[in-house]
Amino acid sequence: MNRLVSFRSKSRIGTTPCSSSFYARLLGSSIDASRTRSTANASDSLATVSRCSSLVPARTLTGSSLFGSRNGSSARLSNLTGHGGSQGVARRFCSDAAAERESMEYDVVIVGAGPAGLSAAIRLKQLCGEKGVDLSVCVVEKGAEVGAHIISGNVFEPRALDELLPEWEKEEAPISVSVSSDKFWFLTKDRAFSLPSPFDNKNNYVISLSQLVRWMGSKAEEYGVEIYPGFAASEILCDDNGSVIGIGTNDMGVAKNGSKKENFQRGVALKGVSLAFSGNKMIQCCFMRAIKLAGRVTLFAEGCRGSLSEKIIKKYHLREKRNAQHQTYALGIKEVWEIDESKHQPGAVIHTLGWPLDQKTYGGSFLYHMSERQVAIGLVVALNYKNPYLSPYEEFQKLKHHPAIKPILEDGTVIQYGARTLNEGGIQSVPYPVFPGGAIIGCSAGFLNVPKIKGTHTAMKSGMLAAEAAFGTLLEGSNLDSYWTTLQNSWVWEELHKARNYRPAFDHGFIPGMAISAVEHYLFRGKSPFTLKHGKPDHEATNVARSHSPIEYPKPDGVLSFDVPTSLHRSNTNHDHDQPAHLKLRDPEMPTQVNLPEYDGPESRYCPARVYEYVPEESGQLKLQINAQNCLHCKACDIKDPKQNIEWTVPEGGGGPGYSVM
Amino acid sequence: MKIMVAVKRVIDYAVKIRVKADKSGVETQNVKMSMNPFCEIALEEALRIKEAGLASEVVAVTMGPKQSIDTLRTGLAMGADRGIHVEATGDLFPLAVAKLFKALVEIEKPGLIILGKQAIDNDCNQTGQMVAGLLGWPQGTFASKVVLDKEKQEVMVDREVDGGLETVCLNLPAVITTDLRLNQPRYATLPNIMKAKSKPVKKYTPEELNVATKSDLEVVEVTEPPKRKAGVLVSSVDELIDKLKNEAHVI
Repeated sequence: MNRLVSFRSKSRIGTTPCSSSFYARLLGSSIDASRTRSTANASDSLATVSRCSSLVPARTLTGSSLFGSRNGSSARLSNLTGHGGSQGVARRFCSDAAAERESMEYDVVIVGAGPAGLSAAIRLKQLCGEKGVDLSVCVVEKGAEVGAHIISGNVFEPRALDELLPEWEKEEAPISVSVSSDKFWFLTKDRAFSLPSPFDNKNNYVISLSQLVRWMGSKAEEYGVEIYPGFAASEILCDDNGSVIGIGTNDMGVAKNGSKKENFQRGVALKGVSLAFSGNKMIQCCFMRAIKLAGRVTLFAEGCRGSLSEKIIKKYHLREKRNAQHQTYALGIKEVWEIDESKHQPGAVIHTLGWPLDQKTYGGSFLYHMSERQVAIGLVVALNYKNPYLSPYEEFQKLKHHPAIKPILEDGTVIQYGARTLNEGGIQSVPYPVFPGGAIIGCSAGFLNVPKIKGTHTAMKSGMLAAEAAFGTLLEGSNLDSYWTTLQNSWVWEELHKARNYRPAFDHGFIPGMAISAVEHYLFRGKSPFTLKHGKPDHEATNVARSHSPIEYPKPDGVLSFDVPTSLHRSNTNHDHDQPAHLKLRDPEMPTQVNLPEYDGPESRYCPARVYEYVPEESGQLKLQINAQNCLHCKACDIKDPKQNIEWTVPEGGGGPGYSVM
Repeated sequence: MKIMVAVKRVIDYAVKIRVKADKSGVETQNVKMSMNPFCEIALEEALRIKEAGLASEVVAVTMGPKQSIDTLRTGLAMGADRGIHVEATGDLFPLAVAKLFKALVEIEKPGLIILGKQAIDNDCNQTGQMVAGLLGWPQGTFASKVVLDKEKQEVMVDREVDGGLETVCLNLPAVITTDLRLNQPRYATLPNIMKAKSKPVKKYTPEELNVATKSDLEVVEVTEPPKRKAGVLVSSVDELIDKLKNEAHVI
């Protein structure tokens, strides 16, 4: 392992001749990306395009030739291998203009530096170390830093981390607060009733997931993973056969009206390249075999409702493939407070049900005591709520005034605020996670265990299993579908299988939900013979406005409750204002023709960042104004818009929230 | 001609600032840091001058703790050729920075120094001017336009001053500090970030440069500004005048 790490850093310094000409080749296609691809002659590119790994001299014929370049190397490739048909013309689903972009090639490209993505990256490098080979792994992250877009409760079950990095304690992972108490309350407007806690958090920890992910990022870099925060994967790149070969990052420096600003930068194509070998002898036969198998791998780890993952699921019909149901979601809104020393009990865990949500709305709150007088408090509201007048944000503000919660927060200050959707579909909604050219890991597929309210450990494990499958694919030509097999044989599936009926039970109402949950938990103990199905998709569940009346929410008091702009300021969110709005309306007329008259503009209420506002025009008519700059990247609008008219696409990399203790 | 550009690692402009509980300063733990926006503009200007063929090399300089190297790497990713990191723990006030700069100038001998007009954490607006003073070089501060003339060895700088725009002509070597409207800094592209990892960075300490960084200034206390009081609706002009006179004491 040490040998590999130091080898990588040597190659970075660029002392080997191959690396400098590799960089020279990139320099040739410089910042002005309208110049055509490399003018280096074929032999140069043969010698240089490898990831400067002297272990694998054969790995020089690149995936770039598979993608429509016109230089000599592509001709040479097809001559050598007789592999004719792979000079790609991009299919319309994927980027047309990818030929204009610079491209960088890696063995594995991972989209998203979250728990799943980083676990996959680390596992890949560990396997490389074990088998004495090297694979180049690149992780792109749309947040400005690793961890900037990570927000979660979080009571952490270290099961997957114990497998991945067993020495995490010695290596000073930011996991120090053991769960010290576990309370479960049913709230009414004025009271809190203690219920037996259905959780078993004995060996778990209260952590900040953002901090843990930052630590994992530094670990991944130690292993030689290349992580690039501030770069958003905005397009999926495919070859002629419809296999995914990588992603393209966003163009930067595009003005609001679409024109190029003076600092315009074309996005970069990050492509997976196949082939890594451990011995020269194997080159001839394995080399040709591997080209035909197209062993490049792109892993999508974008978190819940990942924008590219959703496209992949639709394109390859991944839900139909295993008869999965639609995904169901919840919106979590969270704050981290710094409270009075006397009120702080590190490791104390409280969950609540009931008030402020009514019997028809599934959800609950959490309050976790972290270290250093910090407390994480949040409300999770299932997005299949019916009342279009509901505002999850305002419900959260109400919660903080509850007589059992208020004393904890009084005299404290809010440090950070944030919001994110999470998946609640469980096993019934997991799509088939493998597609030609890659796989989906983590919450993008949806492995959150709803009754446990934990998804981090399963996300990490899914990343590890995908890494193991990808390793097999790249080195031995095995099928990436083995990821699906190992997933179903792992503790992830076992857990999710036991947990599958709790959430759907609540679709029948609060009391039936509690009853069925009790039966599941105490009687069947996870071995129930039936599997409940989910109700309507979240966006269809919203009733029309006339069947409900507006909810009068109390004004914020500025001490415990706040208005949205104040809270938003605490999320450190920002986007360059002069860029096209990343929230796209499929039909620009629909908000004023459907959303507003039928549903009274619910997006102006469920968005925790006040992105959507109906403002009067000069004529007095209300028009939808999209304040894209406020966006917290929570994806609630993409999920809950009644006619699915709002499409969340990724803005310029580096924007969005700046979570550090969430 | 070599251009030296100063870049500073500061708290990112979008972060909500909190004062530390002991009032000794601002919370910087677990807080996102970035390059000072004015330093980005300075670096961009230097890169444009180099791309116009009027300079041979752009050297980015940063001074601060170990983590300042990240800012330097960003500068290298934008296009600087070399980096210099003066590693100094503890607060560095503008005069100490200017003295360290002078020592570096004696080693590197640049023809032009470009700095941001001020850092967004302390808003001092002093370092550029002090560097010019210590070196005895002409200065063009608050630059909104910079035009270099290589043959005449002079630079024309449009300065944004209170009264409007002032154009000064400086003989090289000179010091320029940049204002917001000078340019739009470029993005560091992925390939450039990769290249930056291999660009050389030289490390110095204040002792090696023979500069004493102990300051005559000491930060005694940092507090948040007083909370804004709610506005008051007045019912008549008389009431307004009364309040302005007797409560706010402004008339």
